[in-house]
Amino acid sequence: MTPRRLRVAPGSPFQLLLLACSFALAAYAGIRLLAGDWFAVALWIVGAALLHDLVLVPLYAAADRAVIHGLAAAGQRAWTPYVRVPAALSALLLLVWFPLISGRSAERYRLATGLSPDGFLTRWLLIAAVLFGGSAALLALRVRRAAKQRPPAPH
Amino acid sequence: MRDQDRLPTSPGFWRSPLRGPWFTSVLGLVLLVGITVLFVTGLVSYAAYNPGLSPVNDTTPDKGLLGFYLFAWPTDPVWLYRLTQGVHVTLGITLIPVLLAKLWSVVPRLFALPPARSVAHALERISLLLLVGGGLFEFTTGVLNIQLDYVFPGSFYPLHFYGAWVFFAAFVAHAVLKTPTALRTVRRRLRDEPEEGVEPAADTLVSPRPDRPTVSRRGAFGLVGGGSLLLFLTTVGQSLGGPFRRTALLAPHGTADPNGGPNGFQINKTAAYAGITAADTHEDAWRLVVTGRTGTVRLSRAQLLQLPLHSSSLPIACVEGWSTADQWWRGVRLRDLAALVGHDGDPPDVLVESLQRHGAFRRAALRANQVADPRTLLALYVNGEELSPDHGHPARVIVPAAPGVLNTKWVGRLTFGAL
Repeated sequence: MTPRRLRVAPGSPFQLLLLACSFALAAYAGIRLLAGDWFAVALWIVGAALLHDLVLVPLYAAADRAVIHGLAAAGQRAWTPYVRVPAALSALLLLVWFPLISGRSAERYRLATGLSPDGFLTRWLLIAAVLFGGSAALLALRVRRAAKQRPPAPH
Repeated sequence: MRDQDRLPTSPGFWRSPLRGPWFTSVLGLVLLVGITVLFVTGLVSYAAYNPGLSPVNDTTPDKGLLGFYLFAWPTDPVWLYRLTQGVHVTLGITLIPVLLAKLWSVVPRLFALPPARSVAHALERISLLLLVGGGLFEFTTGVLNIQLDYVFPGSFYPLHFYGAWVFFAAFVAHAVLKTPTALRTVRRRLRDEPEEGVEPAADTLVSPRPDRPTVSRRGAFGLVGGGSLLLFLTTVGQSLGGPFRRTALLAPHGTADPNGGPNGFQINKTAAYAGITAADTHEDAWRLVVTGRTGTVRLSRAQLLQLPLHSSSLPIACVEGWSTADQWWRGVRLRDLAALVGHDGDPPDVLVESLQRHGAFRRAALRANQVADPRTLLALYVNGEELSPDHGHPARVIVPAAPGVLNTKWVGRLTFGAL
């Protein structure tokens, strides 16, 4: 442990100057960004950081840990990537395209673009099915190969 | 578990053996390049609207110095905006997994104690809030806007534009402070020298009591890259158009074209959405009002068809990143219409007004260079057929290389030289 400082250290002058310039520009743009509904915009920016760091990260970290521990309890720790990869990729697609997949903006989408908003959920489910299916097939192949390489049990 | 490791403020709380300077440096350098391209293409798109030309084009009238670089948007090459905006949106979507992985890799830093070692360090941490919050704000508003989910607090253009500058201010400071370290880490690793800071230490992100690995670093990079590739492959087709549109399985303007036939290409806003009815555009009711130096001329569609008709092959490219291949438009040159009202040879800027009663861009200004381009048309036909209501019947403007929304549909009035 470093001994508690009695006075506040200023830090590198270069870093101070750089950050001062950065804040000046951020403030210049920020005043304009907050010109409308300033509270809601500030809430969105701070909320985005907090939601990500304090909700999203713990949530997917916990889900990942549950998968690892679940498979370890079943004695199949090596199967982890075969669950993790398709789950992560499917979740990523859902996160990015959530408004279309969930149909949140379906009516506006149909009216504005003249396209059907109905296919997104189906296509996402199909992609997830292909990812999980492909992963399962790879795992099955691996398990079979491992079984073949094992010497036959003596009778 | 030691008691102190129950808290995220303790380095021992963070167990992943993946975290470390190498992982963070590689992701950081990818974002350094990627976000720079996003920022530049974003500024280019902002300029493409010609916001300096007329208040009707300008959703950010208080931009001040932030519009320092604005320039007259060119009409060549015709695919210019298709390319820059396609890159902006597709790259933004592709970078999402990299951004998430980068944030994951440094999340222990959020909780690190002491909160500040110096004034500079305290300011840097405040700057990081702008970096992370601003970055997530930019990505989120962009992703929501292209899906027409307008839940963000205000109009997209000013939010995304000013938000980009706030984010970029923090991004530049962060890049200046961290890029040398990232480059050193990567260079050392590529030369096979021992990695600096593999020893767990407060500021290296390396866990002091790592879990057993469940994936190698290479595997983790593979997952991030695979996520990017998957997003890219299911999105890029909406910007390439043609047979590739089918491959954009989840993108808003992927998989299908509306209806079929000559008018069967992507629509930004349908006639129904814009509130245009058959009564507005009926042969007997609709007149094009053209005003210029010598006064005002009112033209029916039949009279327009008596003027010399010209063809040009031009794409539609939307700010939302999707675009169409070139369509074959036929109609009257805008510069010929300017000549009708006294602007011979040297056409001026024009204000184009739609029959639309609402909508942010129901009025749009085009610059003299756009009016003068012989490929700029008031189109009456597309791909050999009359325009459909959704594509702007009875007449629409089509300008080479301009953002889609400046190609005004259901045109009612053209005012030359009055901006």
